[in-house]
Amino acid sequence: MQLEKFNYDNKIVKYFAIATAAWGIVGMLVGLLVAIQFYFPAISLNYPGTTFGRLRPIHTNAIIFAFVGNSMFMGIYYSLQRLTKARMFNDKLSWIHFWGWQLIILLAAVTLFFGFTTGKEYAELEWPIDILITLIWVVFGINMFGTLIKRRESHIYVAIWFFIATWITVAMLHIVNSFELPFSWIKSYSFYAGVQDALVQWWYGHNAVAFFLTTPILGLMYYFLPKAANRPVYSYRLSIIHFWALIFLYIWAGPHHLLYTALPDWAQSLGTVFSVMLIAPSWGGMLNGLFTLRGAWDKVREEPVLKFFVVAVTCYGMSTFEGPMMSLKSVNAIAHFTDWIIGHVHIGGLGWNGFMAFGMLYYLVPKMWGTTLYSKKLATNHFWLGTIGIVVYAIPLYWAGFAQADMWKQFTDEGQLKFQFLETVTNIIPMYIMRSIGGALYLTGAIMMVYNLIKTAKQGSFVANEAAEAAPIAKPEGHKKEYWHRWIEKRPVMMLVISLVVVAIGGLIEIVPTFLIKSNIPTIASVKPYTPLELQGRDIYIREGCYTCHSQMVRPFRDEVVRYGEYSKAGEFVYDHPFQWGSKRTGPDLAREGVGRLKKSDAWHYNHMEDPRSMSPGSIMPNFPWLLENDIDTAITPAKIRAMQTLGVPYPAGYDQIANKDLMTQANGIRISLKIDKIQTPANKEIVALIAYLQRLGKDITAEKKPVTASN
Amino acid sequence: MSVIILLLIASVSVASLFLAAFLWSVKNGQYDDQVSPPLRMLFDNPVTENEPASPNSVNQNSKP
Repeated sequence: MQLEKFNYDNKIVKYFAIATAAWGIVGMLVGLLVAIQFYFPAISLNYPGTTFGRLRPIHTNAIIFAFVGNSMFMGIYYSLQRLTKARMFNDKLSWIHFWGWQLIILLAAVTLFFGFTTGKEYAELEWPIDILITLIWVVFGINMFGTLIKRRESHIYVAIWFFIATWITVAMLHIVNSFELPFSWIKSYSFYAGVQDALVQWWYGHNAVAFFLTTPILGLMYYFLPKAANRPVYSYRLSIIHFWALIFLYIWAGPHHLLYTALPDWAQSLGTVFSVMLIAPSWGGMLNGLFTLRGAWDKVREEPVLKFFVVAVTCYGMSTFEGPMMSLKSVNAIAHFTDWIIGHVHIGGLGWNGFMAFGMLYYLVPKMWGTTLYSKKLATNHFWLGTIGIVVYAIPLYWAGFAQADMWKQFTDEGQLKFQFLETVTNIIPMYIMRSIGGALYLTGAIMMVYNLIKTAKQGSFVANEAAEAAPIAKPEGHKKEYWHRWIEKRPVMMLVISLVVVAIGGLIEIVPTFLIKSNIPTIASVKPYTPLELQGRDIYIREGCYTCHSQMVRPFRDEVVRYGEYSKAGEFVYDHPFQWGSKRTGPDLAREGVGRLKKSDAWHYNHMEDPRSMSPGSIMPNFPWLLENDIDTAITPAKIRAMQTLGVPYPAGYDQIANKDLMTQANGIRISLKIDKIQTPANKEIVALIAYLQRLGKDITAEKKPVTASN
Repeated sequence: MSVIILLLIASVSVASLFLAAFLWSVKNGQYDDQVSPPLRMLFDNPVTENEPASPNSVNQNSKP
């Protein structure tokens, strides 16, 4: 067989490597900054863009899509070429992919900084960026499948299967969760409302972890771990079995993020069952990775790359054991809304994703620059600093999670709640301090790595096009009769792409509107749409990322019902585009903020937003002074009302034209009530809208009860 | 909860894509040989005449 000569494209890998390191440092720095805000709120600088609610989405997006995303592409562009014995399908597509992805990251950072967010975790980016992501993802897909088509290696190595599953599933998740109705050039409302939105969001959120942070990295593990150890994977059969099991099971586990919420119970149980089953394929991958090193542990002692991989795979095993445990309802009752979750995801993020990225960088840079690592000692120090950093980060947060959940649930002998919410927060502040120290250690290690890699690159010379040779795949001979399914079988890639496009996109666009708008009919008669002022206030609530610290979901537990009020019901959220249930209670739940024992005066809210510590000493909430200065953007009210009408919210026809009149009437009411408490403010300030929204929370469900008391 | 229908359609269609891919891979003989693929990926075949292998890579040019 004639050998063909060709080149591997290393330049694209180099660029993705640089992006990985650069965005990694940025993302971790932002992470450190938000961690410090937990015990030193003044570091928000009283500036909108540097306040927790906006920085936290920047941190998560930077780490997930910029750091891990680029590291994934770096590894895929390197390994796919070598596994298929082919250069990437098209250099132009490679570069469109690279620069397009960096552009997305940049746009994401800027828009989130200025408060343009959909308010859905890990899917915060607004609709124009969502479209751009889709396009770039398609470019990546064409490039990857194109390379597969022109491959010179008939066998598709297991790593590539992970890449394929990643591409297909992320495409679907992104499209389904990003259904949103634009009402301006940058802003939109989620197509789904309330419970529906929550279910779609966490179906997406969970699978983003599964198919963006897990499957591609597992694929890369199956390439880089054997390569670095120079020995074949422990069991190829196991890798195949666990791959197929993993992708078939993962997609159903999403509802475990919504246990004890207003999601129907059967859906919650379904999520739990699949989550528990996931232990098997997850541990299949972990064990396969670790066993690959059997008899080679002496190499781990010598080689920093392997050290990173070993801890990464171990962390993967730990968090995939922990995940199913936390999906058990009784465990979830403790873990949910606490810092335990944050500890859990950082075992995955810092340990699995971070250490895999570091290991790959330490492996690739010397290889592509044709040299050896500048300093193995420095890399080993990075490894230890990072590992200690993970421990110092995670353990305090586990402690904090347990401590806080325990304090929330304690009652005195008289049957009163033992602790105010704020006491449960101030109690764990030492843990927050330790967590940020752990993060700082980890970041220091990453900076050491960048220095080490730059030095390594300087002492070598970069090989942009690495020459290689391989024989083409033998063409099967003498097919006389072609059956139709033969055509498809020969083009599995075509089939996958076409079916996805046809089934997922085409079908769904037709189904979604009819189904979802009809379901926005309230089952609780007293639940009414938000007034224009409340709607504006709600959008400010979303813009400032209040949901990153405050839930709006009272679970049916004794302590929560006593602390907050009646537990939340699915029918309350039919007009919530998007839902704002939240996933973390750094501050108290706000679902019943406007009623019962939680109700506060307008003036209290005004002062509290200006300086939370003036109303609740010891609070760690940032100040929001700009809300007192900014005017409500009333010009956009009609567009918002029209968008809501399209989504099925029953405002009367033509209401968009008179909405601002109602808005000013209500705002004046609040202005007067503030004036009574000696606070002078014009009615058209953002704080007024936000107060209106906060005072509305929980009102509808209590309104329902009035007739009952009246008839008594 | 009608959105569950949407999610079911999406999930099932992706799952069936995976199933088709799985069936194809089995029929295609992708898994007939489970011994040589994990070994083969360890060997990068550098072009012998002009470019020596980089120091870290395995110095084997012959493919099994």
